[in-house]
Amino acid sequence: MKKILVFLLPVFAAIGLIVFNACKNAPATGTNAADNAGLTIPAGFTATAIAEHLGSPRHMVITPQNDLYVHLAGPKNGKGILVLHLDGNKASLKTSFATFGGTGIAIKNGYLYASDNTEVYRYKLNDQNQVINPDQPEKIVTGLLSRRMHEPKAICLDNDGNIYVNVGAYSNICSDFDPNKTGCPIIDSAAGIWQFKVDKPNQTYGDGVHYAWGLRNVVGLDWNQQDNQLFVMQHGRDALHDLFPNLYTVHQSAELPAECMFAIKKGDNAGWPYVYYDWMQNKNMLGPEYGGDGKKGADPKYINPVAAYPGHYAPDGLLFYTGNQFPEKYKNGAFIAFHGSWNRAPEPQAGYCVVFQPFKDGKPDGKWEVFADGFAGPVKTPNGAAHRPCGLAQGPDGSLYVSDDQGGTIYKITYNK
Amino acid sequence: MAALFWFALLAATAVHAQVKKTVHHSSLKATMARGKVVYNSICLACHMADGNGVPTMNPPIVKTEYVLGDKTRLIKIVLNGFKEDVQINGQSFSNNMTPHKDLTDRQIADVLTFVRKSFGNKAGPVSALEVKKVRASNI
Repeated sequence: MKKILVFLLPVFAAIGLIVFNACKNAPATGTNAADNAGLTIPAGFTATAIAEHLGSPRHMVITPQNDLYVHLAGPKNGKGILVLHLDGNKASLKTSFATFGGTGIAIKNGYLYASDNTEVYRYKLNDQNQVINPDQPEKIVTGLLSRRMHEPKAICLDNDGNIYVNVGAYSNICSDFDPNKTGCPIIDSAAGIWQFKVDKPNQTYGDGVHYAWGLRNVVGLDWNQQDNQLFVMQHGRDALHDLFPNLYTVHQSAELPAECMFAIKKGDNAGWPYVYYDWMQNKNMLGPEYGGDGKKGADPKYINPVAAYPGHYAPDGLLFYTGNQFPEKYKNGAFIAFHGSWNRAPEPQAGYCVVFQPFKDGKPDGKWEVFADGFAGPVKTPNGAAHRPCGLAQGPDGSLYVSDDQGGTIYKITYNK
Repeated sequence: MAALFWFALLAATAVHAQVKKTVHHSSLKATMARGKVVYNSICLACHMADGNGVPTMNPPIVKTEYVLGDKTRLIKIVLNGFKEDVQINGQSFSNNMTPHKDLTDRQIADVLTFVRKSFGNKAGPVSALEVKKVRASNI
């Protein structure tokens, strides 16, 4: 039997030492999927589940010292951030801290940044990238809107001392706030990306820059070092057929609108709630709430995506691959973790995979491909899926890590040279 | 064959207003069939074909107190929608439910009866009269 499954040895939380031990416990099917922790991946790659049952691990970041910081959606045993030390195909829990759960986590220039649904905090790191004072983070952003829907605040940093924070729209398509279609009133403080300083305490909306507009909900975002530019993945709107059965078939409503990748410049407006992108017509469309009919294009003042993906896949993680381990075609391309759909019913659900988007010279170049699949297992529904991809991280040796916030697994994917 | 079946159900729903007076004599089987049509067209997109909903977003309607318990509260949820921050079976859910006042008393009774007797649920039926009373006192 091949080495695959990993299980949790007895936990002594007080000691703070949990060992996730790789062990021989795989079903003896001998299939490629079983040999890769249940995942289907391209030939030459190996996937291993290095940790399981962590709760709901969302975004992750890995230090040069092979420590993986992972943010849990909600605290487990009172701790919202876990630190796992990586050693080959093993992961051992070094410590845990933070009273708050959340999604966003990042490291830059000696600080760890992490967000909950309304705040962004930072922790000073020592020269080994360990948190010096885990009980006293510095609050750098406060008072962001969080109104039940699209609450997580994903974060990302540039090279000039700024942090970018998503504030999702607390609505599908603003109908509840704009009944007379005179203009959506919530977009001044939600449905966008805000830029704040990394080192200024207690910043609120007024202290930040409303960097990008008209983004319904962004969870996956990353800074592209080639372009020195922010890239984001938008979760597109729901319910085209349910709300406009005369304009959209059930099938169109499952496939549309596209989940979009945008390359963002300051001041860009992606058009929510007035606009959606049709990946089959390759066109920015005027939304049906605002006079669209499935054929009328959008006002050209709204930006177009640089790449588009099928509807409702739910992109929750974006990572530009800068490592040297994977074959050359992956270098500087984008990996996207698709959490998987719910708004495709009654058609079959889809997504639940990690996609690779080839890039050339800092722009998408060529068709995307499914890189890792099989997370859901036999039941591909939001409730029945065994695992759902969420966060992505790159290890110092160029391995790719994928978090699963449904089953609590962290996968490591390596290329066998 | 299947298409014919669906057409028949849809037709039955479309004409139910004209036959309202006799419908309450109909069998539970017929009620369930009509309720399923309403469920599939209005509810399934969020609560899913198996009633299990979507974790953290759309609540399950399988064996929850909200479905099996007080019928007045349940009818009000359909009429008024739902956007309260509550825990259902230990989890909270972020998506708001839209109001469905546009459904008739009979449609709401049918779909709630269907939901209370499907997905492993075993609770009593909801009548159109009960819906009518709640709607009349609904603010």
